[in-house]
Amino acid sequence: MKEATRFEPPESVAGAPFWAATRDRRFVLPWCVACGRPHWFPRDLCPHCLATELEWREASGRGRVYSVSVMAKAANPAMAGREPYAVALVDLAEGVRMMTNVVGIAPDEVTVGAPVTVTWERLGDGRHLPLFRPSTAPGTMDSPAPPGASSRSNA
Amino acid sequence: MPDRTLRGQAAIVGVADAASADGTLAGTVRRLQGQMIAEALDDAGLALGDVDGLFVNDSPGWAPSLELAEYLGIAPRCTDSTQTGGSSFEVHVEHAAAAIAAGLCDVAVTVYAATPRSDRARGGGYRSGQTVGATATAEWELPYGLRMPLGAYALAAARHMHAFGTTSEQLARVAVDARRWAAMNPRARLREPITVDDVLASPLQASPLRTLDCCLVTDGAGAVVLTSADRARDLRRPPVFVLGAGTCHTHAMISQMPDLTVTGATVSGAQAFAMAGLGPTDVDVVQLYDSFTITVALLLEDLGFCPKGEGGPFVAEGVLGPGGSLPANTTGGGLAYTHPGQFGIFLLVEAVRQLRGEGGDRQVEGAEVALAHGSGGVLSAMATVVLGTEATR
Ligand SMILES: [Zn+2]
Repeated sequence: MKEATRFEPPESVAGAPFWAATRDRRFVLPWCVACGRPHWFPRDLCPHCLATELEWREASGRGRVYSVSVMAKAANPAMAGREPYAVALVDLAEGVRMMTNVVGIAPDEVTVGAPVTVTWERLGDGRHLPLFRPSTAPGTMDSPAPPGASSRSNA
Repeated sequence: MPDRTLRGQAAIVGVADAASADGTLAGTVRRLQGQMIAEALDDAGLALGDVDGLFVNDSPGWAPSLELAEYLGIAPRCTDSTQTGGSSFEVHVEHAAAAIAAGLCDVAVTVYAATPRSDRARGGGYRSGQTVGATATAEWELPYGLRMPLGAYALAAARHMHAFGTTSEQLARVAVDARRWAAMNPRARLREPITVDDVLASPLQASPLRTLDCCLVTDGAGAVVLTSADRARDLRRPPVFVLGAGTCHTHAMISQMPDLTVTGATVSGAQAFAMAGLGPTDVDVVQLYDSFTITVALLLEDLGFCPKGEGGPFVAEGVLGPGGSLPANTTGGGLAYTHPGQFGIFLLVEAVRQLRGEGGDRQVEGAEVALAHGSGGVLSAMATVVLGTEATR
């Protein structure tokens, strides 16, 4: 089945710099100038110390799977045709956790603790959605998931 | 440490709930709310005119307590629209007990009704027209297609399995024992016995959770009436005292939960027990929010009924079922009785009935202390209420 267009997330004021960077497939994280800690999801103040001076730094794009669940059915029409697919929480090297999909591997082969690297899926409006693929898998950071990799049957 | 100022100051004096074996209820949400309030007040021997505290979490509009009070034609002097999802009603009991103890109101009502099963058949409820707003969830989670709320609990289950070796077989026993209780509840939606193998053979929905690991979707409604301990003793039914209560919420989105294997029940439960001057071994019957089988395992650990990480082996022993050492979810729970989206009101209603000795075939003999624990959102908002009979006050 042809993959439907992804749900295009709304863009908050705090998240706008993140989304802008994704147009160039750059992965950036908000860091607090006052306490020197990153946070996720992007806010317009630091959730650790409430300071408002933040700066965006290039992220490593590397992390580990904290948990993963394979959706046997699509969550919504925008995901129809992709099932089964892996939704994961990934702990980034910088110390923050984000929700994502792990692609480029059969979804039921994604394991907790596995090292992963960011990859991008283009959204209809030119932004990119950060996804992750196994760090040991072939391909470059900019390559999309191999065709069909996310539609392998989940036995 | 919390002091014990609230212990036994307020009592639940009236309860009502509605559910049916076919999963549907007639009437609108508003009518059901009104009917539940009327039944719970009648149970107590009180009337609508006695109600001066209104606690309600959900509404079609922006102000739940304002809108419901207007609909009922009452003017409460104590108002609370706290919305923590399925645990709202346990939070309401905590807040109502405090309000009653402080003299802010004399008679408090918390109420819930939802008709998701009928709404689906009709092609929409009052939530169906809502579009996705520019929320953090929409921006940072929705694009990834996590089925909600199922997928959030699946992530917790997967992490628990990784961390502690918990198995699907162990968790399945929660669903099996729920059916054994439901078999004794004529209003329960699912009364056919099942086996662990049945659960493991049911379709995978979001790994590792399968269909029979998941709660129902039914219509349902309920209400609880509270008043002061002194006034409670003059009413129609034996009072059930609020001995302890506690709340803790740790996140709204599952991606922000600090540790997927530890819930805020560690805090809410410890506070409720400390206030009550009791511990897990004092509890005769528990009503634990069973949105999914994993939820029960997490709550048993976090409330101290078993050590962290041992929820799987603990439930696998069959302790939760009829005749077990920790009778749990004696209606059949959200897995087998009813689950209209927010199950917390039913936990309180059944806990009260057990302490009054009204459990019928499923009565836990000699129950004096009950614990009701709600979980709202996606393991987000935890609220514990410890209840007891006159003998325990
Ligand atoms: Zn800071």
